[in-house]
Amino acid sequence: MTYKPTLRWSDVTPQAMFLNRRQIMAGGAALLASPALGKSPYSTDDAPNTLEEISGYNNYYEFGLGKEDPAANAGMLQTKPWTVKVDGMVDKPGSYDLGDLISGMPIEERIYRFRCVEAWSMIIPWQGFQLSALLDKLGVQAGAKYVGFETLLRPEEMPGQKMGTLDWPYVEGLRLDEAMHPLTLIATGLYGQPLPNQNGAPIRLVVPWKYGFKNIKAIVRITLTDTQPPCTWNQIAPQEYGFYANVNPQVDHPRWSQASERRIGAGILAGRQDTLLFNGYGEQVASLYAGMDLAANY
Amino acid sequence: MLTRVNSALRYVPPWVVYVLGALPVLWIIYQILAGRIGIDPVRAIEWGLGLWALRLLIATLCVTPLRWIGLNLIRFRRQLGLLAFAYVCLHFAAWLTIDMGLRWGQILPDLVKRWYILVGMSALILLVPLAVTSNNASIRTLGPKAWNRLHKLAYPATILAVFHFMMVGKVYTGEVLTYAGILLALLTLRAARLALRSTARL
Repeated sequence: MTYKPTLRWSDVTPQAMFLNRRQIMAGGAALLASPALGKSPYSTDDAPNTLEEISGYNNYYEFGLGKEDPAANAGMLQTKPWTVKVDGMVDKPGSYDLGDLISGMPIEERIYRFRCVEAWSMIIPWQGFQLSALLDKLGVQAGAKYVGFETLLRPEEMPGQKMGTLDWPYVEGLRLDEAMHPLTLIATGLYGQPLPNQNGAPIRLVVPWKYGFKNIKAIVRITLTDTQPPCTWNQIAPQEYGFYANVNPQVDHPRWSQASERRIGAGILAGRQDTLLFNGYGEQVASLYAGMDLAANY
Repeated sequence: MLTRVNSALRYVPPWVVYVLGALPVLWIIYQILAGRIGIDPVRAIEWGLGLWALRLLIATLCVTPLRWIGLNLIRFRRQLGLLAFAYVCLHFAAWLTIDMGLRWGQILPDLVKRWYILVGMSALILLVPLAVTSNNASIRTLGPKAWNRLHKLAYPATILAVFHFMMVGKVYTGEVLTYAGILLALLTLRAARLALRSTARL
């Protein structure tokens, strides 16, 4: 029996109305400008980077290797219609239209720290829903231990896929408890707008205590499994990129230090700041790794 | 054709190379002041200086092979080399200051622990004696033979610089591979010439 939803992508509340409602909730003040109201307890108080910075400085090799390439090339990606295949150890497998898949998901804003494995960082105001809500809706079967994700493979719209830089399509994965953690987000937007293509439209993963490359973009497949799913960077250079990829200032990349980071947008003379264990989310997530050797499970 | 170029070049004073060589750094400064350096100015500055250092090092190595085909740029080689060294130093200074923010606690361990930094640093150190002896007095003191042998260090320095560039990124980009290819071509030319000469001597 497959899940047959009746809602369409077009049934999603239009952005203007959605923003309007939030403005009413915030007493006429724009939500983004009023940190006191409607702010998630999971959000950071740090000032977000600008939309220009967030959408103009990306690692998204499907669109080129340079930081500016995704912004320049991602426009050609067609994100409508969008189908997500759900398979594996799940009660409601199937090929879902995106609107159907995410209907009913409680969209909220989460302002998260973002730490790239290249030792730079940003603050990003995402909109999205907890992956746990989606997994609950899909029905995770007993025995499932991991969630695997896959990015769209469409070389004609993703020119980087014509090069052999990585093994396409990009794949990533989480342990089930990581996936179910309330911090783990499926993002659909940022700054109150649909995700720009270069940021992973139409849906991407956000796991704020892990390095950026775990946050797989343009997801077309979600697989529940009992074996550790393959992860692209881990497969290419296992000695440099582990399955966990938790932000950890004590565990260096073999070629560079992870002790500190440069905050994008901080200015030429801002220098560096200390990188925090689990990117500062240790209070929430450290228990997931209790008893594990983080240097061995990097 | 080349003879005409050569005779025209005789009227170009060597300091013109310094003027042209200052353009990249002036361009970077202009971009900073005009707010057009991009979203990550630190990376753009550091990267740009390093890239020009590498380009100038490679340009220096091109002088001799170009001579084989009749283009004489030997009068400009000292200036090219010294400019390359200046860009290497600026690149290193940018890393220390705007990138690392003078965090000596991280810089000093990195200098001995990180291969790409070690390799880049070695290239810089190899270039120091070359820069110091890039003057007529040094050629006289050392004698042309010893001076020439010393300045062969430009080869290992450039090889290390290319390795440094290759090791910095997560993947080998087309840009990195292009520089590696040019260097490989230059080294092959040199090796071929050496081999030809030794067979000719037999």
